[in-house]
Amino acid sequence: MTLQDLSVGKTAKIITVGGEGALRRRLLDMGLTPRTEITIRKIAPFGDPMELSLRGYALTIRREEAAKIIVEETAQGCGTHTRMRWRGGRA
Amino acid sequence: MLIALIGNQNSGKTTLFNQLTGSNQHVGNFPGVTVEQKDGIIKKHKDMTVVDLPGIYSLAPYTAEEVVTRNFILNDKPDVILNIVDATNIERNLYLSLQLMQLQVPMIIALNMMDEVKSSGNSIDVAKLEKELGVPVLPISASKNEGIAELISRLRKTGEGKILPVKFDCCTGAVHMAIHSLTHIIEEKAKAAGIPPRFAATKLVEGDSLIDDALQLTENEKDIAEHIVTEMERELGTDREAALADMRYSYIEGICGRTVQKKNQTKEQIRSEKIDALLTHKYLAIPLFLGIMLLIFWITFGPIGSFLGDLFSQGIGALTNLVDAALQAAGVSAWLQSFLIDGVFAGIGSVLSFMPMILLLFFFLSLLEDTGYMARVAFVMDKLLRKIGLSGRSFVPMLIGFGCSVPAIMATRTLPSERDRKMTIILTPFMSCSARLPVYALFTAALFPEHQALVMISLYVLGIVIAVLSGLLLKSTAFKGKPSPFVMELPAYRLPSAKSVMLHMWDKGKDFLRRAFTIILIASVVIWVLQSLDWSFDLTDTPQNSILASIGSVIAPLFKPLGFGDWRAATALITGLTAKESVISTLSVLFNAADSQALLTALQALFTPLSAFAFLAFVLLYTPCAAAIAATRREMGNLRGTLLAIAYQTGTAYVVSLLIFQIGRLFL
Repeated sequence: MTLQDLSVGKTAKIITVGGEGALRRRLLDMGLTPRTEITIRKIAPFGDPMELSLRGYALTIRREEAAKIIVEETAQGCGTHTRMRWRGGRA
Repeated sequence: MLIALIGNQNSGKTTLFNQLTGSNQHVGNFPGVTVEQKDGIIKKHKDMTVVDLPGIYSLAPYTAEEVVTRNFILNDKPDVILNIVDATNIERNLYLSLQLMQLQVPMIIALNMMDEVKSSGNSIDVAKLEKELGVPVLPISASKNEGIAELISRLRKTGEGKILPVKFDCCTGAVHMAIHSLTHIIEEKAKAAGIPPRFAATKLVEGDSLIDDALQLTENEKDIAEHIVTEMERELGTDREAALADMRYSYIEGICGRTVQKKNQTKEQIRSEKIDALLTHKYLAIPLFLGIMLLIFWITFGPIGSFLGDLFSQGIGALTNLVDAALQAAGVSAWLQSFLIDGVFAGIGSVLSFMPMILLLFFFLSLLEDTGYMARVAFVMDKLLRKIGLSGRSFVPMLIGFGCSVPAIMATRTLPSERDRKMTIILTPFMSCSARLPVYALFTAALFPEHQALVMISLYVLGIVIAVLSGLLLKSTAFKGKPSPFVMELPAYRLPSAKSVMLHMWDKGKDFLRRAFTIILIASVVIWVLQSLDWSFDLTDTPQNSILASIGSVIAPLFKPLGFGDWRAATALITGLTAKESVISTLSVLFNAADSQALLTALQALFTPLSAFAFLAFVLLYTPCAAAIAATRREMGNLRGTLLAIAYQTGTAYVVSLLIFQIGRLFL
């Protein structure tokens, strides 16, 4: 799946970062490297861009870029799972 | 001793720079690019100069800021690199540090915001970090002025002792092999080019074209290099850029695992999440943003702003009267007196009357920027502006344009991409500024007494529509190519120090005065000469005989297809260049209007509602006043771009007015 498909509140691990040139390099430099854990914090009011949390800080990227980042959703505890799903559904 | 201050955006770099230098600052541009360069002398250490380099995250070759920083270190050879690192966000900040250490320049890391780390119950083992990194690490708090004296003495020691970072190996396995073999191959050429061989080799492995060019490798050497990299990529199963970024971050994770105890989110981060729950809320974000902007406009243009403005103009008025009386007493000739009073003093007066507004707007802009709210506005508004080829970052400057184009254009300085900056500078004057309002008020009172508000609103909307259409046009023509990446940090909300805000405000005010003074003064003097002299260069009392009026008569036919081919209207548009509200005073002089009622009657005789609307559309869209042109010149960085912007705006004004008048004529 890609980062774009991840719903709000969910955490995933980066597999690869796609794209090319300056934009891809910027993503890598900002710490979106393979195996990094990343959480979707929020979607902007107009539906794009999205706010991520990684390496202890908050970053915003557009959906277009998120669609180029392949991730693997990480398993979460039962309780949080349902709660997060509910939040994700609302967003 | 030359110190290069380098760090991530939002790491407190500017705050540290202000603490170190106080107001001993000098602002300029790096040669050839519109990247700001600030330098200053450290307080009580006259021999130590600090250069504040742009906030960057890496030394990649893609952005002007990163290239400028890199070239500065390689070419200007600073004695010490002062790398500021945000301790609350240490992993990502150290990513730049690792690259800086390879430049083989004496270096110190200032670990900023240590107070926040401690007060949140977290800790960083500074001594161990220093040992692991191989460079001195000093905990500081720039905003609380803690650890600064110690930092200065360590800077001196490191710089004078030329203490280099301990050579370290952050790479492992295949990457290590590749860098190692390449270093041997290019060592001689790198030394000849003045680039540390290891840095050069690392950048070559990363695929950095600038280093490639600088080294001037032979075809054979290039082939070998490519072969080495291909081997590395094959072994790792990933490409060169990802491999290097991954390697650096893995190394940092190792160090942080051994030195950083992070149990809790910092208090500032928790607070930020709470604030964001409101300020970037799905439904509340926009109303709250509009509320904040309305408050800013209300303070700037409402009671407080007009009080300060009145104070200024009273001061200028008193001074002018004083000089006027003195000139009278000294018995200078009438033309000289008129030149000094109506030309020079009126010019200075119009410059200074901008000051309170500019200072207030910059006070608020710097609050918005330094608290971290500006990044949230960009986050919320990005989707709207992307449609016209810009990013959310351009929203606030454009909005400020409704108040005054001058600070709006100056505010584009914070936009990270040069392309976005230039586009925003061109589009911002289409936002109808407050100086155009008196012109609208006068004309609508004369010709649309029933629909005054409606006509005014339609002009504001027209400006926005033209800006959007221009954005679409520019995006697919002059500014073709990829819009800049919108990958932006959302920093924790922090209250900026009063000192920072004041310094910023003062900086901008000074900048405006220095740049605008000359151009506005020249414009005012030129207009005075044209307005007061006739062709035999005698002072004339009848405005009809002035040089300006005859120029107006010559260009007037140009405006005939627009519906206002009268020489008085043309002349008023010329004087509108000094300040748009001058259109009114010129018209009233040229009509010989004794009072405002006479002026209204004169306008009713000259204009039809349709030609008046075409005229107002022209006033809205044509090139902004001299002060805004001065700001454009400054932020564009070159004369050609400025002239093109003016030509584009005036051309647009002509076409739009023409369409309004000609199409309107078919129906009315």
